[in-house]
Amino acid sequence: MAAASGSFRRSKRDRVLIVDDDPSLAEMLGIVLGGEGLRSEVVSSGSEVMAAFERFRPDLVLLDLMLPGLDGMKVCRQIRQVSAVPIIMLTAKSETPDVVAGLEAGADDYITKPFRNNELVARIRARLRRVGPVSQPIVFGDITVDPTSHQATRDGKVLPLTPLEFDLLACLLSDPSQVFTREVLLEKVWGYHHPGDTKLVNVHMTRLRSKIEDDADSPRIIRTVRGVGYQAIDPDEA
Amino acid sequence: MRRVAGLWRRSIRFRVVVSTMVLTSLVILLTGWALLRAVADGLADSRKDVAVAEARAGFDLAQSQLDAAVDSDATAQAQTLTQLVDGLAATRGESRTYELVLEGPLGDEDTTAPVRSSGEIALSALPTDLVDRVRSGPGVVWQYSELPLFGGGPAPSVVVGSRLTAPNAGESYALFYVFSMRDQEQTLGLVRQALLAGGSVMVLLVGLLAWLVARQVVDPLRLARRIAERFAAGHLEQRMHVRGEDDIARLSSSFNQMAESLQRQIRRLENLSRLQQRFVSDVSHELRTPLTTVQMASEILYAEREHFDAHTARSAELLHTELQRFESLLSDLLDLSRFDAGAARLELDRVDLREVAERAVTDEAFARAGMTARTRGPRAPAIVEADPRRVNRIVRNLVANAAKYSKSSRVDIVVGQNEDVVSLAVRDFGVGLDAEQQLRVFDRFWRADPARSQGGTGLGLAIAREDAELHGGTLQVWSRRGLGTEFVLTLPKPGRTVEGPAVRSVFA
Repeated sequence: MAAASGSFRRSKRDRVLIVDDDPSLAEMLGIVLGGEGLRSEVVSSGSEVMAAFERFRPDLVLLDLMLPGLDGMKVCRQIRQVSAVPIIMLTAKSETPDVVAGLEAGADDYITKPFRNNELVARIRARLRRVGPVSQPIVFGDITVDPTSHQATRDGKVLPLTPLEFDLLACLLSDPSQVFTREVLLEKVWGYHHPGDTKLVNVHMTRLRSKIEDDADSPRIIRTVRGVGYQAIDPDEA
Repeated sequence: MRRVAGLWRRSIRFRVVVSTMVLTSLVILLTGWALLRAVADGLADSRKDVAVAEARAGFDLAQSQLDAAVDSDATAQAQTLTQLVDGLAATRGESRTYELVLEGPLGDEDTTAPVRSSGEIALSALPTDLVDRVRSGPGVVWQYSELPLFGGGPAPSVVVGSRLTAPNAGESYALFYVFSMRDQEQTLGLVRQALLAGGSVMVLLVGLLAWLVARQVVDPLRLARRIAERFAAGHLEQRMHVRGEDDIARLSSSFNQMAESLQRQIRRLENLSRLQQRFVSDVSHELRTPLTTVQMASEILYAEREHFDAHTARSAELLHTELQRFESLLSDLLDLSRFDAGAARLELDRVDLREVAERAVTDEAFARAGMTARTRGPRAPAIVEADPRRVNRIVRNLVANAAKYSKSSRVDIVVGQNEDVVSLAVRDFGVGLDAEQQLRVFDRFWRADPARSQGGTGLGLAIAREDAELHGGTLQVWSRRGLGTEFVLTLPKPGRTVEGPAVRSVFA
């Protein structure tokens, strides 16, 4: 992989699976993504998603939460069982319970309808990015983060992180002296340019901790700085 | 004292018992006093009758002795008189109930006659008008008095006097019987004590009775109060027990009817509100999906507008801007309907109002409009527990509003706080609002200057005020014609309430 060629893999066009029951919107999404050099395929019902997923093997899934047949959350969970592929939800509901439920079902990010084309593209790009917020391997206590292989190991064992969780961990470990606010994390990890929903960070931080901490209630790797954000705990201090 | 006053105000039972006891005491005191008076009069009367009779016998005896005495010799006479007094005093041997005072022989007014007394009583101690009446005329005269008898202190007594004449010597004497009324007084004391004791017991008993009666009325009332309180606290299924057919039972059944109808109304409203929320949510979803498609399409057209002819290009531009306006209108309307349905919820976090203000003025759009903002007030963070999204929205709204209406390119922001609240004031240098406009400025779709309505929804300030009130805060407006307008947002600190803003408006 030619890292020098930028954060985007040019050799092969990235594939996006669009799961949406509204044909016009799905078609429009296809047009916009095509204009950005992305290949896309549309699935309009929840029950067809897994078959299309196997066949198309997308690099990213755009998933409308309100689906006939099988609702968006269930689809999300099904995909997560077989793949860590980035999932971005499209939702018409900005009410938090729905959003949180979607994120807990495994989605990496969400966009509320209506959205700007460039906003959608920026989010998709951030998730397709091959180079995360760090470029050098980090050794932090017994955890090693390798940006080249996109893998984090602990005592030599690979941690089962999604790409997003990997980026989040790498970002925090890159500078243990710094407290990362949720806004900064949204920008560095999720690619937000405008203030976004900080719940997003909370939900993913919880999931990340459940994967790397022995006891998520008394974390030894990432601490919460109340009212500010998160910070890596120096291994010497712990 | 305060506690008693408080009890008096709060407890019906206490009031009933105390007032009953006070009234009973008054009645008992009055009747007791009258009774005591009657008894005292009766006792004194009968004592007087006995005393007068006894005295009269004594006078007769003394007169007969004087009649029998033939000596006109002074010494012999004196002796006779002494014997007379002693004799009379000794008449009833066992215990004397009277003393004797004999004065005489009586001479002229000026000379003092010799006095003989069985006890220590001086003539001057006797009531003077009685003494005068005895001296001056015949017959038996009596009067009540207070005299020290038998070596005691002054005690009530009855004095009976009469004039005696010694026919042989031609001289006259005044003889006085002083009867003690100590026995009567003791009896009276006993009666008084009995009355007092009886009265006290009676007052206590009546108090107890009042307490019991008040309990019968008050206990169901207290129960009713507790149930009403629970009902008011939201336990809509609370009902009172209806027992019997008395007033309390009727009160209970009325209460239950009221509760029933209230519960029905509330359920109905809750249902309506749920339906409304559901509807809003559905409309939201149904509108947003096509809007998204249209907007994406419009953006593509807008991006390509340079390749179109002038008319089509302008159409693409209008489509683009008006779609944005449509979008913000839709989202504002949905927000307002959420407020109206009571479905707006706060997601609390620590918010530094100062930081919010600084972010709002470094906003790109703000700078692009050529605006500059000066933020004043102490540097200290102004922290409240609030919903960051809503607070940001309020401040963005106020700043955007100020930017739109300011005649100069300047907007002043002041952040201040006291121990209860944090306030943020945003002032523009525009034309200002008159009194009527200030009243309407938070109305939905109201615009101070319809010509300047471009781009806005006319809902920004209405939403900002709803947002502020959802936090238990306030959003106030001050304005002066020609000088500008100032909006002051005030949010309470945790556990406090808003009494007034912490920043005084320049126009206040």
